[in-house]
Amino acid sequence: MALLEIKDLHASLEDDTSKAILKGINLTINPGEVHAIMGPNGAGKSTLSSVIAGRPGYVATSGSILYDGADLMDMEPDERARAGVFLAFQYPVEIPGVAMATFLKTALNARRKARGEPDIEALDFLKAMKANAKRLGVAEDMLKRPVNVGFSGGEKKRVEILQMAMMEPRMCVLDETDSGLDIDALKIVADGVNALRSPERGMLIITHYQRLLNYIVPDVVHVLAGGRIVKTGDKTLAETLEAEGYAAFTDAAAA
Amino acid sequence: MAATQDTMDRIAEVSGAYKYGFVTDIDSDKAPKGLNEDIIRFISAKKAEPAWMLEWRLKAYRHWLTMTEPSWQKVDYPPIDYQDAYYYAAPKGKDDAPKSLDEVDPELLRTYEKLGIPLKEQEMLAGVAVDAVFDSVSVATTYKKKLEEMGVIFCPISEAVHRFPELVQKYLGSVVPYSDNFFATLNSAVFTDGSFVYVPKGLRCPMELSTYFRINERNTGQFERTLIVADEGSYVSYLEGCTAPQRDENQLHAAVVELVTLDDAEIKYSTVQNWYPGDETGKGGIYNFVTKRGACRGRNSKIMWTQVETGSAITWKYPSCILQGDNSSGEFYSVAITNGAQQADTGTKMIHIGKNTRSRIISKGISAGRADQTYRGLVRMMPKAEGARNFTQCDSLLIGDRCGAHTVPYIENRNPSAQVEHEATTSRISDEQLFYCLQRGISEEDAVALIVNGFCKEVLQTLPMEFAVEAQKLVGISLEGSVG
Repeated sequence: MALLEIKDLHASLEDDTSKAILKGINLTINPGEVHAIMGPNGAGKSTLSSVIAGRPGYVATSGSILYDGADLMDMEPDERARAGVFLAFQYPVEIPGVAMATFLKTALNARRKARGEPDIEALDFLKAMKANAKRLGVAEDMLKRPVNVGFSGGEKKRVEILQMAMMEPRMCVLDETDSGLDIDALKIVADGVNALRSPERGMLIITHYQRLLNYIVPDVVHVLAGGRIVKTGDKTLAETLEAEGYAAFTDAAAA
Repeated sequence: MAATQDTMDRIAEVSGAYKYGFVTDIDSDKAPKGLNEDIIRFISAKKAEPAWMLEWRLKAYRHWLTMTEPSWQKVDYPPIDYQDAYYYAAPKGKDDAPKSLDEVDPELLRTYEKLGIPLKEQEMLAGVAVDAVFDSVSVATTYKKKLEEMGVIFCPISEAVHRFPELVQKYLGSVVPYSDNFFATLNSAVFTDGSFVYVPKGLRCPMELSTYFRINERNTGQFERTLIVADEGSYVSYLEGCTAPQRDENQLHAAVVELVTLDDAEIKYSTVQNWYPGDETGKGGIYNFVTKRGACRGRNSKIMWTQVETGSAITWKYPSCILQGDNSSGEFYSVAITNGAQQADTGTKMIHIGKNTRSRIISKGISAGRADQTYRGLVRMMPKAEGARNFTQCDSLLIGDRCGAHTVPYIENRNPSAQVEHEATTSRISDEQLFYCLQRGISEEDAVALIVNGFCKEVLQTLPMEFAVEAQKLVGISLEGSVG
């Protein structure tokens, strides 16, 4: 069974349902596959990730999204997360006064509670957090600081991946994770993501640029333009795009 | 406790007076409804008080008759009929406080247990001594003996009146005079019980002293009176926590707390208040009209108030510090949460009298539902307060679009060398913050609790450990149903 199956998805902003942003997306991601979605600004990339995660303000006007066979649209955003859908934010949000470690633990325990398991042992949690922090080059004292407050752009993205590693999701959606990263940070983040690739896990990597895909090599590349997937190919499609730009596709979408 | 001849004479005299007033057996558990001099004599007689105590009560009562209820606070409630309330109720079947836990009604003990009050001996390990007030009479005092061996007096104030009359007479009403304000004056006339603490010179009290107040008798006004005196160079941390079973009728609570610190002494007073706030319209909730004030009488003395206010239909409360001694300091840390139809008008007063006095005010107000909340604070620098300093920070957090938050700072500076700083912010929980938490699998209610706990962290971390945990949970519970 497909892990994520999007069928003829139309979506818009809640405030303006007359203006469709996604105009019939079809996309199937099987366990173990890494898909990349590339596209110009305004193509609907972030709308797609928002609709999958259930961000308030976005609505699917028609079509469907099945996750592991279940209708994602019937689930609240937190239920989707607990079911294994993880979104690495393009702009991670600051929560003053809440230590990152507390936040992580609360999130993990919410999952365990939903599964009827007791809270995670403090020591196990600490061990897992430290191991992941080390791998992602995140200083341990940063995890004592409030969630994303005063973090640099690169630190925020690394901590997003650290959260992803801790949550052990089945479906990872990475929204412009490369934006704001210098080349060294990009490598660290990519290594972190690659370490999470597994036969059970699917990934959807949303990016404007090809460079992230040099480090996280996708199985499938889609070009999103004008709210539709206008081309699908293998990793060489990303290279073609890098060389030729999006012009040809935006014209095609407009036509 | 040995009653003095004076007291016994007094009882005889008072007993006679019943013939002319209401007719009630002195053994009854409850005074009749209403308020008059006979009721006050009844209360005093029930406690076998010395004459000076009764005189003080009557003086307060007569003054109260000349006063009018304040109306400047930003809260709204129907007029209170003071003649339609009971002013004295003892726990069923008990006239005098039992001498040990064995003598306590098992029904009461079960109630305590449900409420999670550590009354058992094992709790000594946790360092907590409890003076539990059930309705108006103190039921049990734990570790009192151990504390007394160290020289710390920690007992019901009704007992202190007999055993330590000099201390009580010296300090009672010395911070909050009987004529202070409408509710404090009412309290002075009819207070039933409360705690008395005296920490002798140079002693650092190793235990957190704690008192739990309960309101349990229908339609009974509660008038607790607490007096804490820290003698030179001493230190004490005092915890006060409140929860109450659900009520149908509004209940007036007008407590008075007086703190006194002498040279180099320090008192830390922490409150977690979680009284019944009423139903969604506020019906049936507690009216909490409290006067709390501390006097830093001595040089280098310090008073620190920490309060977490989550309950009550209406809260009217301004724990204050009078900074008399040179170099003395006052701190006020507050978290006030109002949800549903709750109203709170709370804050502090810092009166700088001595040189180089310091005060610090951190107030975090959270308003949700249709609740209305006001921070009202006064910082006054008197002409002799050379080099005095104050820092005030008031942060308000709004949840939803039907609640209100107001900040009313009064700043009076009469000394050119004194400095006063005031910072205020108002914010909301953003949709993005909420979504970020949801996306990590945290439910909406847990997310709100998490974000609000973060907002209040600065205050919550000033609470003693055992209270901090309870308070964090309370923050979440208080905001249930505030979003979505």
